[in-house]
Amino acid sequence: MSEVQGILKIDRKTPEKELPQLRLRHSKEFTTRLSRQHLAEQGSRCMDCGVPFCHNACPLGNVIPEWNQLTSEEDYRSALEALLATNNFPEFTGRICPAPCETACVLGLNEDPVSIEAIEMSLADLGFEKGWIRAQPPQLRTGRKVAVVGSGPAGLAAAQQLNRAGHLVTVFERAEKPGGLLMYGIPEFKLDKTRVARRIDLLKEEGILFRCGVHVGVDVTMAEMGEDFDATILACGAAKKRDVQIPGRESKGIYFAEQFLTSAVIWGSSGQALDGLKISAAGKDVVVIGGGDTGSDCLGTSLRQGAKSVTQFEIMPKPPELSKHPRHFERPSETPWPEWTYMLRTSTSHEEGGKRAWAHESVAFERDAQGQLTALITRELSWNKDSHGRWIHEVIPNSDRRWPCDLALVAVGFVGPEIEGPISELGIELGERGNIKADEIHYATNIPGVFAAGDVRRGQSLVVWAIAEGRRVAQSVERYLQSN
Amino acid sequence: MKEQHYRWDHPTSQHLDDPREDQRDACGVGFIANMTGKKSHKTLQDGLEILCNMDHRGGIAADNQTSDGSGILIQIPHGILKAEAEGMGRSLPEAGSYALGMMFLPGEAEEVIYWKTFLANLCSKFHLEVLFFRDVPVASETLGPIAKATEPEVTQCVVLDRPQAFSSKSLEWRLYLLRKHMEAEGVLRYGIKQRRFYVASLSLDSVCYKGLVQAKDLANYFLDLKDARFETAFAMVHQRFSTNTLPSWPLAQPFRMISHNGEINTLRGNINAMQARSFLFENESLLEDFQSLGPVCLPGMSDSSMLDNAAEFLVATGRPLAQVLSMLIPEPWEQNSEMESDLKDYYEYHSYVMEPWDGPAFVGFCHGHEIGAILDRNGLRPGRYWITRDGFVVMASEVGVLPRKPEEILERGRLRPGSMFLLNMKSGTIVPDATIKKELSAFRPYGAWLEQKRIHLDDLPLAKRQERERDSDSTSQQKLVSFGYSKEDLRLILAPMANQGKEPIGSMGNDAPLAILSQKRPLLYNYFKQLFAQVTNPPIDALREKLVTSLSVHLGAESNLLESTPKHCAVLKMSQPILTSLDLLRIEQSGLPYLRSVRISTTYLIDGNSLELELDTLAENVILAVERGIAIIILSDLDVGPSRAAIPALLAVSSVHHALMRSGHRSKCSLIVESGEPREVHHFALLIGFGAAAIHPYLALEMVAQGEKIFGFDPEICPEKRQINFIKSICDGILKTMSKMGISVLHSYRGAQIFECLGLSQNLINRYFSSTPGRLEGLDLEDIEEDIRARHGKAYLEAVSDSSLSDFSLSKSLSLSDNGIYAWRKGGESHLHRPEMIASLQKSVRRNSRDDFKAFCETIDRGSSGPLTLRNLLSFRKIRASIPLTEVEDIKSIVKRMATGAMSFGSISKETHETIAIAMNRIGARSNSGEGGEDFKRYSPDSNGDSRRSAIKQIASARFGVTSHYLTQADELQIKISQGAKPGEGGQLPGFKVDEEIARVRHSTPGVTLISPPPHHDIYSIEDLAQLIYDLKNANSKARISVKLVAESGVGTIAAGVAKAKADVILISGHEGGTGASPLSSVHHAGVPWELGLSETHRVLVENHLRGRVVLQTDGLLRTPRDIVIAALLGAEEWGIGTGALLTLGCVMMRKCHLNTCPVGIATQDPELRKKFQGQPEHLINYIFLIAEGVRELMAELGFSTLQDMIGRVDLLEKDPSITDPRLKKIDLSSILTPAKVSNMSIDEGSTYNDFALERCLDAAALIPACREAIETRRSVELSQSLTSFDRSTGTMLSAVISQKWGHGGLPDGTIKLQFDGAAGQSFMAFGAHGITAILMGEVNDYCAKGLSGATVIVKPEIGSLGQAEDQVICGNTALYGATSGHLYLRGKAGERFAVRNSGAHAVVEGLGDHGCEYMTGGTVVVLGEIGRNFAAGMSGGYAFVYDQKKASDRAINRELVHVEKCLQEKDALYLKKQLQKHFSYTASAVAARILNNWEQERAHFVLVIPIEYRDLMDRREAKQHPKPLTKTLDIDYMGGGIRE
Repeated sequence: MSEVQGILKIDRKTPEKELPQLRLRHSKEFTTRLSRQHLAEQGSRCMDCGVPFCHNACPLGNVIPEWNQLTSEEDYRSALEALLATNNFPEFTGRICPAPCETACVLGLNEDPVSIEAIEMSLADLGFEKGWIRAQPPQLRTGRKVAVVGSGPAGLAAAQQLNRAGHLVTVFERAEKPGGLLMYGIPEFKLDKTRVARRIDLLKEEGILFRCGVHVGVDVTMAEMGEDFDATILACGAAKKRDVQIPGRESKGIYFAEQFLTSAVIWGSSGQALDGLKISAAGKDVVVIGGGDTGSDCLGTSLRQGAKSVTQFEIMPKPPELSKHPRHFERPSETPWPEWTYMLRTSTSHEEGGKRAWAHESVAFERDAQGQLTALITRELSWNKDSHGRWIHEVIPNSDRRWPCDLALVAVGFVGPEIEGPISELGIELGERGNIKADEIHYATNIPGVFAAGDVRRGQSLVVWAIAEGRRVAQSVERYLQSN
Repeated sequence: MKEQHYRWDHPTSQHLDDPREDQRDACGVGFIANMTGKKSHKTLQDGLEILCNMDHRGGIAADNQTSDGSGILIQIPHGILKAEAEGMGRSLPEAGSYALGMMFLPGEAEEVIYWKTFLANLCSKFHLEVLFFRDVPVASETLGPIAKATEPEVTQCVVLDRPQAFSSKSLEWRLYLLRKHMEAEGVLRYGIKQRRFYVASLSLDSVCYKGLVQAKDLANYFLDLKDARFETAFAMVHQRFSTNTLPSWPLAQPFRMISHNGEINTLRGNINAMQARSFLFENESLLEDFQSLGPVCLPGMSDSSMLDNAAEFLVATGRPLAQVLSMLIPEPWEQNSEMESDLKDYYEYHSYVMEPWDGPAFVGFCHGHEIGAILDRNGLRPGRYWITRDGFVVMASEVGVLPRKPEEILERGRLRPGSMFLLNMKSGTIVPDATIKKELSAFRPYGAWLEQKRIHLDDLPLAKRQERERDSDSTSQQKLVSFGYSKEDLRLILAPMANQGKEPIGSMGNDAPLAILSQKRPLLYNYFKQLFAQVTNPPIDALREKLVTSLSVHLGAESNLLESTPKHCAVLKMSQPILTSLDLLRIEQSGLPYLRSVRISTTYLIDGNSLELELDTLAENVILAVERGIAIIILSDLDVGPSRAAIPALLAVSSVHHALMRSGHRSKCSLIVESGEPREVHHFALLIGFGAAAIHPYLALEMVAQGEKIFGFDPEICPEKRQINFIKSICDGILKTMSKMGISVLHSYRGAQIFECLGLSQNLINRYFSSTPGRLEGLDLEDIEEDIRARHGKAYLEAVSDSSLSDFSLSKSLSLSDNGIYAWRKGGESHLHRPEMIASLQKSVRRNSRDDFKAFCETIDRGSSGPLTLRNLLSFRKIRASIPLTEVEDIKSIVKRMATGAMSFGSISKETHETIAIAMNRIGARSNSGEGGEDFKRYSPDSNGDSRRSAIKQIASARFGVTSHYLTQADELQIKISQGAKPGEGGQLPGFKVDEEIARVRHSTPGVTLISPPPHHDIYSIEDLAQLIYDLKNANSKARISVKLVAESGVGTIAAGVAKAKADVILISGHEGGTGASPLSSVHHAGVPWELGLSETHRVLVENHLRGRVVLQTDGLLRTPRDIVIAALLGAEEWGIGTGALLTLGCVMMRKCHLNTCPVGIATQDPELRKKFQGQPEHLINYIFLIAEGVRELMAELGFSTLQDMIGRVDLLEKDPSITDPRLKKIDLSSILTPAKVSNMSIDEGSTYNDFALERCLDAAALIPACREAIETRRSVELSQSLTSFDRSTGTMLSAVISQKWGHGGLPDGTIKLQFDGAAGQSFMAFGAHGITAILMGEVNDYCAKGLSGATVIVKPEIGSLGQAEDQVICGNTALYGATSGHLYLRGKAGERFAVRNSGAHAVVEGLGDHGCEYMTGGTVVVLGEIGRNFAAGMSGGYAFVYDQKKASDRAINRELVHVEKCLQEKDALYLKKQLQKHFSYTASAVAARILNNWEQERAHFVLVIPIEYRDLMDRREAKQHPKPLTKTLDIDYMGGGIRE
């Protein structure tokens, strides 16, 4: 635990990033982890709060003060142990988590928050480097078998937990390589795919079986699986994409963000095109519809591919521009500390270039005779809040604008799991929002022995939530197996 | 006063069925005796006068006419009896050959007949006969209504030895048996708590007249006392102030042998031990008598009464009276290096015979021709005496109780702690303490016996066998889990203890649920809460007053109490009760026949018998072993494992202890607990408190030795040292736990059961923890068994448990669960202050949004993760129709009932402190200064109209900044008796936190550590509190006086006493209260929630018709409107919010207040961090209005338009019927929800005006009118007055008038000159202000010049006084307590605790009692004589010059903080000389004259006692301030904190 002088003297430090102009020349990760000395110093900024809001804000419940303290004592191995106690894959979350913990950090009330995510990443990397993180095969096998459908973070976490409990776990993956969104949904420059592979190898070494290229519900039915497995976990994500249904949508050159990002990953790793289709932004005017993280990934990827211009559209108004780590008195009163601050966020991709347009609604695509996209028509909205604090909008008259473009990427989210496959086959009940219905204690679907976790259950969300759900569903399955 | 029509009924049982003997005595005691035993009626009259003059020390019941009891013990009125006998035609034998019995019989005629017949019959059994009965003439009309309701038939009987009877037994013994048998019949006939039949005395020499009669009426009621034929050689009198509810006739004092002022803290243990010993009584001729005797201590009576029983028994069985008292109330001998070894041996020997009856005590005793008095080891009660020229001894709690001319008094003295005073009226000699002790110690060859039999642990041969093999990691891991260890236990409890040898410190209060509400299966220990002393007796400072404490224990069997043989000391002695494995081995291998030991397993087959059966078997096994002559039983759970689970160590030891009690084997053996379970102080304190003699905590020691770095153990410290540190911290912690209850000796603490129990079923308590007060009926043995099973299963059965799934890690060392008790953790123990709660509160008050506030309230009122508080278990019963909100009283009147908690400037930042004051002042509510004083600048409003003045000013034990001016600037003065987070403990503000500003406000010196003592040194007892309340009323007659208590079992009884002491407000604080820094064990294990304390208090006050006298306030985690409404329904009309207020101002419950690192600028003095404070008054105001609005809504819903109608309406509450959880269902809330037994609830707040008769006090009647002009015009005035001990707090009100007008600076020195003569009452010149010079010719009682605020006080003997002035005691105890400036010159000696916590006054005195200059932080004291023991303990500032001609001071000084400069520096010598000159010129002191006449030689006899830290500080300051003329700097430097504003 830190002395008061520690907090006052030491500034927040995060990993060094390569300059944008340099990092745009490649599609690799561009951060370096904290040096050992900085690591301990940064850990010492933690105040070991009596009520650790970071720990509360973390979906995994990472006991952040504990590993911060050990880090400050330079006992990195113990710190890593404390981290791994609640987080299966800190090498992922240490890179791609939006870090709600840091938003909620008590130090962040008046200072820059503790660089929790950077410490997490550094500890994880150190763990691999030193060989502290290694396969942990179970001592005993229970003889029970569990199937996990989907190899995203939720599926992998569930698989690892159950395997450690001694059950034999088989992970089914529709794609060629396991990893789900980790593998295909996140650009290489944010998460090096060798890290994903390294983790998969460890999981295999621990005894988990992977069956890739198997589309459950198509290649193998749930009924068949039921005979082989004592329990099944559906962790197949919220793959059903939301679309922009506007005139001209059928034009060529309009893709879902996932298609674009996946294609880029596959091209990057194998030089092969996805489904024979290599989507490239090189030399093009690119529009990205959707102001979220995926949109920002599209922007960064497009820039790396050599796009002529990239413009990202967001239908909501521009959030207030606050300082990078807003003090509590700066934060909007509706989202005060420790809540997730409503503010303009600038991703590393935004640092690299491109334009962002706010309160723009897409109205239509224009195309040429060949059907090739030529422009996006937008109009501007005026947003206000009603008496209940809900956003309402009006269209600003005569605000139509034409944006010439060759490539449009639709990144407006997902609406839920795909129905065809296990859901329709077994008649799994869905909730109001179209996700699989299963409560947060048991994660059990209406079909006995079938469980659900991750985006397929909670809807599109963060990797850290997926891991958290994976861990919890494993606990529930464990109880199920013990009582059956 | 308005007409009262109370039914003075006598509730059969008191408020609750509380088995703790809740009769508390505190009083005035005195006696007069003729030295040669000459009888006269005058002596009786003098006795009565003494009694009347201590009237203010007694208590009066709600009818304002019934005394708590007064009485007189005198010699048998032979003359009266003789005449009566003759009238009946009988002849009375000569005095001394017959006995007179004084009995209280029930009023009904048939009962009177029954008893007379019974007695006559019983007499024959003992070869006695009743000569005649006599109806004692009484005048019932003098009684108050309450006394009258229970007035007995006062009857005397004259009992004779049967003329021809032959009995081998003495007449005295047979009389004793007769009385015991009568008492037994009383219990049989009317029940154990009966008050209908009572024998006040039955003796050959003395008779006791006592009752619920006011002192002045005693002789008017008992007409015998006016009869001139009534002659006596002595008269012992007693004036009772009891805190207990309805006083009763039998409990009035004196008892048959003693009168007691004080309290026995270890009563339960003493009673049990006495009971256990009775099985060992052996005496051939008396054997059958013992069998029919019944308990030595008559149950159901008061502590004093039981002490009397014990004394009487020991005397009756042949011990001399002095020996008996030295056994019951021994002086502290272990740490006394000056004591003769013979006497030490005597005490040590007797410590193996009997444990002390520990607690504050001034005991007057008499038997036959001996009369005397003894003081407890701490000297916590006053005892002053005069020896007069005409051959009388007058001894009393006060001096000046009889008018005597100075030339009549030969000697004025006082009893010293632990010392005895004995007058032998036969030989006409006063036996000095030293002689008594010398005779006692020479009585038997105790030293030789000890040498021969007693053995020290260290003297046992080293163990032969090696230590047990260490468990493998996984085995010890499993053990950790099975005993419920968490990561926190290792990291936050064990590691700090092992590293630093200190108990870990934390801050803020405990907001986790009670054990019974927890979902986490807490250990059994957590169902017990430590009791602590408040009001009726003081907690003690085990740290600074070490010399009175002892942790030593001995093992082995006890012997027959009735004999003294070498066998009695055949024991193994140890210096403390925690054993290492080697220690235990040595004991096991001692080879001594009287130390044979056996290890008995406390584990059981998890799949085998029920726990109940196992406990029976365990007890049987132990008893069998004891019957085989084994003296040491080792209860061990070492063999816990996959198939065997461990019985919780506490359950094991307590069940065995009580089984041994029942079977009569208890005193034949000692219990050692060998367990993996205990690890924190509370665990050890409980094990010992329930009977263990020693404990070997093998698992905790093992973990400490392993010392894994990951848990924060310091690898630099070697394992052995870590263990030593751990043991030391545990021992210190046990000592502290004991001292919280005012207990000094572990031997007495053992088995004293100073705990209360929350959430175990009565069944379980009765069986295994009998006589422990229990509330909230809850778990049964089966539930505990289930918990054992669950923990055991987690450790051994679940190969892959849920927890290992959720908390998987690389190595197993982290697989322990994270309990989240001390810091909130997801999935850990729930807390009220959790992230969502804090965030939503702050959001709602900043936005002032009702919607947000509702969301916040839901986080609390609906315990989503189970109930957090007892009120979560309650729901409202709607018995009225709802009313519209508009009909509910105005929000502004509700807001005025709110106060913020006491938080000192020092514990929180200036910004926070002032923001709170501004907010509360803006809305007409009250903020509380806390105990750190207040900057006088805050007394005038700011330019914008805001006021930063705290409406409530607190008076705490350290009296920081408590000056006359401070007291005048308050609407309410709050006496903090205890603090929720650490009841019974003091505190410490380290020097580095004391900056210029804090020091200025606290009237101390920057950089000097400030220590708050555990007790108020002017409140050791209830009548002391009454005195302090009187002082404060004098200091500010407009302010309400509030007394802050912490909820615990019996707090209602204490509150009743406080109400009788005339407090206006009683605050019942819950145990949840916050703190800036406290040991974790105190935060979590002492005190109970306010729901329990408040409901009990309200009920007791209502039942005793005292409720209307006081306003009840409560606090403790009050956060929502629902909380407030429940508090109102349980009896509180005002409410306090402490931490809640901080939360609105930005507190995020860092729980780091003790580290000064608060990141939001609240609990810190760091200037950088303070800049981060963002709180605004509006935030707090919003909160209070949001709460008040919510309260109105609830009122409307419940159908109440005014709050006053809701107070105490428990009928509107019920236990939430929707509770389904089986454990929660078992909780019985009737202790909260039972309404008062009296139906007429006169609870209009302040409906009865507390009449202090202030207008009649000397200040109001004479001094102020005479000085009025001087005060207005600053012109000087001089007047003279005579004083008696009735004149209390003289000068205080006058000072208040000055401070009010002129501020702290007061008037120019000497403006008002007051000449007094006589014996001044208590608190003479308390809070005396600048400008007054008070000169008293005579003597003063306790608390002279306390809180002195600038005045000069001079006390010197009257002209014509006999003896050397410097040998006479002229001043009572605790003079100059908390003085901030001014001067005191005493020609003569003062009592104990002179200048405690003085921070700026300058004094000269000619001799001191013990503990002089304790906790002093500034000012100077010059002592021209002896300094008692433990001088300068905890002294962190100031100068003390000691004239040490005999070079005897060295051993008397406690050198923890000070050093002694044997050679005075020139500037210091100069100051000293100046002071002596002043002393001489004011008092004509002979000592001063002698020294000044020979200054150059004499100055060498002075030593300067000065704190090391303070000397450095002064040197540095001086270096900075140079150059300055020497004399000039003198005045400045020695001012200490005495700053004039």
